[in-house]
Amino acid sequence: MDSQAIATHPEHAHGEHEHPPYLRHHFATVEQQRETASFGMWLFLLTEIMFFGGMFAAYLIYRNWYYPAFVAGSHQLSILLGTVNTAVLICSSFTMAMGVYSAEMKRKGALVMWLLLTILLGTVFLGIKADEYHEKWEKHHVPGLNFSANDFVNGSKGYPDDKLAPDMAQKSQVYFSLYFAMTGMHALHMIIGISILIVLVIRARQGAYTEGHMTTIENFGLYWHFVDIVWIFLFPLLYLISRHQ
Amino acid sequence: MSTIVSLPDQQTATLPKRSYLNSEYGLKSWLLTGDHKRIAILYLISITFFFFIGGAMAGLIRLELLTPQTDLMAADTYNKLFTMHGIIMIFLFLVPSVPATIGNFLIPIMVGAKDLAFPKINLLSWYLYIIGGTLTLAALISGGVDTGWTFTTPLSTHYLNTHVITAGLAIFVAGFSSIFTGLNFIVTIHRMRAPGMTWFRLPLFVWSHYAASILMVLGTPVLAIALVLVLLERTIGIGVFDPAKGGDPLLFQHLFWFYSHPAVYIMILPGMGVISEVISTFSRKRVFGYTAVAFSSVAIAVFGFFVWEHHMFVMGVSNYSALVFSLLTMLVAVPSAIKIFNWSATLYKGSITFETPMLYAFGFIGLFTIGGLTGVFLGSLGMDIHLTETYFIVAHFHFVMVGGMLMAFLSGVHFWWPKMTGRMYPEGLSKLAALVTFIGFILTFFPQFIVGYLGMPRRYAAYPPEFQVLNVLSTAGASVLGVGYLLPMLYLTWSLKYGKIAGANPWQATGLEWQIQSPPLTENFLETPIVDYEAYDYEWLANKTKNEVTTVG
Repeated sequence: MDSQAIATHPEHAHGEHEHPPYLRHHFATVEQQRETASFGMWLFLLTEIMFFGGMFAAYLIYRNWYYPAFVAGSHQLSILLGTVNTAVLICSSFTMAMGVYSAEMKRKGALVMWLLLTILLGTVFLGIKADEYHEKWEKHHVPGLNFSANDFVNGSKGYPDDKLAPDMAQKSQVYFSLYFAMTGMHALHMIIGISILIVLVIRARQGAYTEGHMTTIENFGLYWHFVDIVWIFLFPLLYLISRHQ
Repeated sequence: MSTIVSLPDQQTATLPKRSYLNSEYGLKSWLLTGDHKRIAILYLISITFFFFIGGAMAGLIRLELLTPQTDLMAADTYNKLFTMHGIIMIFLFLVPSVPATIGNFLIPIMVGAKDLAFPKINLLSWYLYIIGGTLTLAALISGGVDTGWTFTTPLSTHYLNTHVITAGLAIFVAGFSSIFTGLNFIVTIHRMRAPGMTWFRLPLFVWSHYAASILMVLGTPVLAIALVLVLLERTIGIGVFDPAKGGDPLLFQHLFWFYSHPAVYIMILPGMGVISEVISTFSRKRVFGYTAVAFSSVAIAVFGFFVWEHHMFVMGVSNYSALVFSLLTMLVAVPSAIKIFNWSATLYKGSITFETPMLYAFGFIGLFTIGGLTGVFLGSLGMDIHLTETYFIVAHFHFVMVGGMLMAFLSGVHFWWPKMTGRMYPEGLSKLAALVTFIGFILTFFPQFIVGYLGMPRRYAAYPPEFQVLNVLSTAGASVLGVGYLLPMLYLTWSLKYGKIAGANPWQATGLEWQIQSPPLTENFLETPIVDYEAYDYEWLANKTKNEVTTVG
């Protein structure tokens, strides 16, 4: 061993037994471990932004090209259900934030309760979303599987003026393609989030996260808030086109 | 600045009693390891496996092109062959080649850490790679794909009856393996550096991996979503890329090349990092213009994101945007040239020795320069119309990726082989392999520039008879090249048992990795190193060696 290159560092040499059990062997301090995990999570969220970014770019282009079709398509969405879902998700972000706070305060019971509430709200969101998907199916608005441009050529119930030229009416398929791709990817992220939450609840009941080491809860909170923010963009872009007119 | 150092006497070197290789035994200790060095070895074995599968396909392609007719195989078999060759070589070999093997092994050691920031995610990324590889093999065995590695719509979504979905999923999964590798590197380089290891004391190898990681983290998710949309269009028929439903196939190309152009920098940047280390070590000089070389890596990464449209000049994009993208494409040549010039300046008045890694590095510099300059031809709008979709572009790409990246990979594998295994490779045989590879490469791909310039299109199993002479040359070269790649495979395996014992620092190099035993301990360092010298400081090393001698004496 070349001792010259590796200068001795007495503070770190033999102090391993003083470290808390959750400090992984390759970190020097708990602080470093926490910062590293948090930095990694933010970077992961950056990759998620790029992932959704591809679809947002597509949305931007097609909405500029086929604005009337996008307006007519968005008329078919239920603003009521969309608004309720937005409120549900914002509440779930609040319960998640309270969960992180409870972990910080080392309150095990509260943490479990807030996480369970977050699961509940997430499930409510997915239930409402499923209902909306079902309605699209019944109205023949699912491109590829079950689509008819009838509502956009002849006008639909509630929107008798949505009478587009046949070729523009066909373009509403790209609106619904993006609707299903974007909300579908969002819902997939919610399902993954809820699955992780279930694991977190089980481990929280065993007493994890409330003994000073709460990086996992903190980072999962970041993920959950990110998924919410995606919805905050999806809601106006998909549901509220032309509502100001 | 240059100091002549004689190589140490390796007769006295012994293998250390304890190292990462013998700290634990059994298959399980490898498959469930968190040690970045063991994961690097797992990657090395798996990418070598896929390299030889992809290489065998390249051999069959060249064999078919020996004659102008389609005689060896049917045209659609040929289509599947070049598609699978592209998919395997790009996503399963070139993208993970240097970063996941040599980078994985070295980055924690070079920054003075015990491991990467997230060892479990590192292992996960290897498993994702294996799942991706298995899916690719499944697509291959069940009948193959013939979209070309570019998955161009609407060909991939509407007109083909091959296993696009399996192959698409394979690339999706392998993409996440690459994202996790990049994420791990960035976090490690930011947060895990040893005391005293400032950004500008980092070896250039780390800088180039940092730049490549930015591309992996920001580019790969865009490929992922593009593939998801293709798969959804193929399975349930949504219409984001389907003109009948309001979509635009060109958008797929934009999304695909937004990743796949930066991807070529993901492939080449880590190789450039290897070359910086090798050139400095074997000319016993600090890399000339360290800061410029470091920032040129980052510049390549940044510019790399704004050139993707040059793959689409003939596909009906606006003339004005083509103009801008052509200009930006030429701008990427600037940081690449900075590297070439700085390496040359490093050689100037250095004490150059010609060990095998250095021979491969010289091969890299020559071939990469030709590949890079022909890239400027292709970036010029007028030339591009003539040359696009011809063998010129095939030659250009292979000069950069095979002549550049594969040379760099082999250079790196030879250079760090003693560190990874504790044993030397056979010097004479490996020099021969480097030479054979270089000659075989030139013979294979130089004729393709000419035949492409004369107008032979790529991706056809047949061609007009007047191109046969050049194609025969190319096929002959491919067999020489094949020998060049088989040789290292054989003698490196041989050296695992019979190679001479290397000792800690056989090259008298300055990096942190050379100051620890070979092969290293599982935790890399006995104590956290404190770095008090600049990168590539050979006088520091000479003084250190002098002191050692006096203490021993």
